[in-house]
Amino acid sequence: MRRLFAIILVCALVASVGVGCKKAEVLPTEQVVNMGGIFPMTGGSATFGTSSKQGVAMAVEEFNTAGGAMVGGVKTTINYVNEDDTGAPEVGASAAQKLINQDKVIGIVGAVMSKVSLAVAPICQAAGVPEISPTSTNATVTLVGDYIFRACFIDPFQGTVMANYAYNILKVKTAAVLYDNGNDYNKGLAEFFKAGFEKNGGKVVAFEAFTDEDKTVDYKAQLTKIKATNPEFLYLPNYYASAATILKQARAMGLNVPAGGGDGWDSPDLVKIGGAAVEGGVFSNHFSKDDKSPKVQDFVTKYTTKYGEAPDALAALAYDAAGLLLDAFKTAGSIKGSDIRDAMKNTTFSGIAGAYKFDANRNPIKAAVIIKIVNGEQTYLTTVNP
Amino acid sequence: MGQFLQQLINGIQIGSIYALIALGYTMVYGIVRLINFAHADIFMVGAYMGFFLAPVMARVFGGAFIPTIIAAMLITGLLGFIMEKLAYRPLRYKSRLSALITALGVSLFLENFCALPFVFTPAFRKFPDLIVARNIPIPGNLGLNISNVLLLDVGVSVILMVLLFWFVNKTLIGKQMRAVAFDKPTASLMGINIDVVISTAFIVGPALAGAGGILYGTTYGMLASPFLGIWPGLKAFIAAVLGGIGNIPGAVLGAYIMGISEAFATSVNSNLGYGIAFAILIGILLVRPSGLLGKFMPEKV
Repeated sequence: MRRLFAIILVCALVASVGVGCKKAEVLPTEQVVNMGGIFPMTGGSATFGTSSKQGVAMAVEEFNTAGGAMVGGVKTTINYVNEDDTGAPEVGASAAQKLINQDKVIGIVGAVMSKVSLAVAPICQAAGVPEISPTSTNATVTLVGDYIFRACFIDPFQGTVMANYAYNILKVKTAAVLYDNGNDYNKGLAEFFKAGFEKNGGKVVAFEAFTDEDKTVDYKAQLTKIKATNPEFLYLPNYYASAATILKQARAMGLNVPAGGGDGWDSPDLVKIGGAAVEGGVFSNHFSKDDKSPKVQDFVTKYTTKYGEAPDALAALAYDAAGLLLDAFKTAGSIKGSDIRDAMKNTTFSGIAGAYKFDANRNPIKAAVIIKIVNGEQTYLTTVNP
Repeated sequence: MGQFLQQLINGIQIGSIYALIALGYTMVYGIVRLINFAHADIFMVGAYMGFFLAPVMARVFGGAFIPTIIAAMLITGLLGFIMEKLAYRPLRYKSRLSALITALGVSLFLENFCALPFVFTPAFRKFPDLIVARNIPIPGNLGLNISNVLLLDVGVSVILMVLLFWFVNKTLIGKQMRAVAFDKPTASLMGINIDVVISTAFIVGPALAGAGGILYGTTYGMLASPFLGIWPGLKAFIAAVLGGIGNIPGAVLGAYIMGISEAFATSVNSNLGYGIAFAILIGILLVRPSGLLGKFMPEKV
C-alpha cells in the first residue's frame, strides 16, 4: 500500500513538472515590470518629493502610452513603485532593499538628497540594479560604482557658478558662507564656492557651519559672528526652509547684503517662509520654467495640465532621469541591470533640462541657469555653460 | 565687546525657551521620579496649537498673542492631565523602568500621531506672526541688536517663572506638592491627596511647555514637522539635569547656562558648537554629579 502510494506520488510529481514546463513555453504577449522611485514624501523636504514623484509618474505614463519596450519579443510596460525616504539615509536604504528584493525593480530613480543617494547607491551597486538620481549633486554619489548615474550637474560646478556670478556680475569682493556641515550636499557647495571665489581674487571672510538643518532653528550665534566680519555677499548652500529661516534672522539683525544659494532653494516655500527676507536672492538651478525653448514650454504645458501647477526643477530633472532610465531600458531590450547600465553609459538623450551625455564618472555634461527672486517670484536671469 | 554682549543676548533668548520646557521635566521628576520624555512633544503640540488657534483668536479678540498663549497653555495642560491619567497612573506602583518605557512610547505616539495626514501632517508650516517683529534702538555704537520678540521671550518666561515660584511656595497645593516631592508615603498619611498633586504637576508642567511652544513659533516663524520638539526637548532635559533634576530654580539656571554656552561655543567654532556646549555640561556634572543646585543624597544602608 505504501509502495503504491509512493509510486503514485512520484508519477504526480513527474506530471506536474511536465505541466510546469509546458506552461513556461507559452509566452505571454505582454508583461509589466516594476521601476522604483525613492523620494522624501514627508518631512522638511516634502515638496521635493512630491515634485519628483510627479515628474517620474508622467515619464512612466508617456513611456507606457508610447508602447513600452520590447523585451525578447514581449511588449513590456512599466509599473511605477514609489517609496518615501523621509529625507533620512537609513530609511532610503531600507526602501532600496524593499524595491530590489520584493518588487524586483529594473532600476531606481532617486534619491533627491545626496546623503540619501549615498546610502542607496551601495545597495543598488551590490544588487546590480541601475540607480539614477535626478538631483543629488554631491560629487561622490556616482563614484560608488558603475551602476550609479545622475541627471544633474555636480557640486563643484554649482558652487563655482555662484562664485563666478557673485564675483564677476554682482562685483562683490568679500563673502560669508553659512552651511550645514552634517549634509554632503551643503558641504560640497560651500567648499567649492569658497575655492572658486578665492581663485577669482575674492575673500571668504566667514565660513561658518551648523549641524543638521532639519533640527536647527536658531542661527543667531553664527550670524552675529558673520555680521562682525562685514561681508558683501552671503552664500547659503542649504535647502529652502533653512535658507529662508537664516535670511529672516539675518535681515532682522540688520545684515542686509545680497544672498545666494544652490538648487536647494528651488521651492515655493522659500518665499512663503522667508517673505521679504529672501527678496533679491539668486541661486543656481538646473532648469527654469521661463526658459523659452519649445521643448521646455511643451513640458511645462503638459505638466501644468496634468497636476494643476507649474513644474519646478525637481519635477523636470525627475522626468529626465526617468526618461533616461526608460530610454536605456528600451534600447537594451532587456530587464537585466547590466544591459540597462551599458545602454545608459552610451546614451545621447535630449531632455527638458538640457542634452545629456555621461562622462566617465556617469555625470551628465550640461548647463546651469541662474534664477533671482523678484517680487516673490522666481525669475530666469541667464544660462551658464560648463 | 558688542559681539560678546550680542552672543550673551542670543543665549538668553534660547535659554528662556529651554527654561519653560525644563521646568516641566523637573517638576514631574521631583514628584513622581519619572523622566517624562513625552514632554518635548507636548511642547510641539503647544507650538501647533498656536498655528491653528492664532487666526481664530485674532478674529475673536482682535489681538492674537495673549489669547493664543493662554489657549495653548490650557490645551497642553489638559493633554498633560489626560496623558498622566491614561498612561502613567496605571503604572504608578510598578517598576520605574516600566513608566520610563511608557514615557518613550507616549512620546513616539504623539510624534507619529501628529504627523498623520489628518492631524497636523508632516508638512512644513509658517507660524503666524503673532506680533510684528521690529528692532529696538539701542544707544551707543556697540551694534547690539535687540528685537521686541527677544523681550517678549524673556518677559513671558520670567512672568511665568515668577508665577510658578509663587504657586509652589505660597499656595496650599504648592505646599502639598513640595511635601509629596519630599516624602510621598508620609505626605499621603498626612491627608494629602496624592492623585490631585500629581495631576497638578502634570497640568502645570505641560502648560509651561505649551507657552514655550508659542514662544518658539513666534521667534522662529516656522514649524518644521511634528518632530520639532525632539531637540529643544533634549536640551531642556539636559538643562534640568544640569541644574539638579527635581529642583525648580535649578532647571531655570541650567536652561540659561545651556543656552548661553551654546551661543558662545557656536561663536568660537560653529563646527564644534554643540560639542563644546556638551563638554561644558559634562565638566559641570563631573564636579557636581547631582547638578548645580541638586542635593547630594547618598543612599543609607
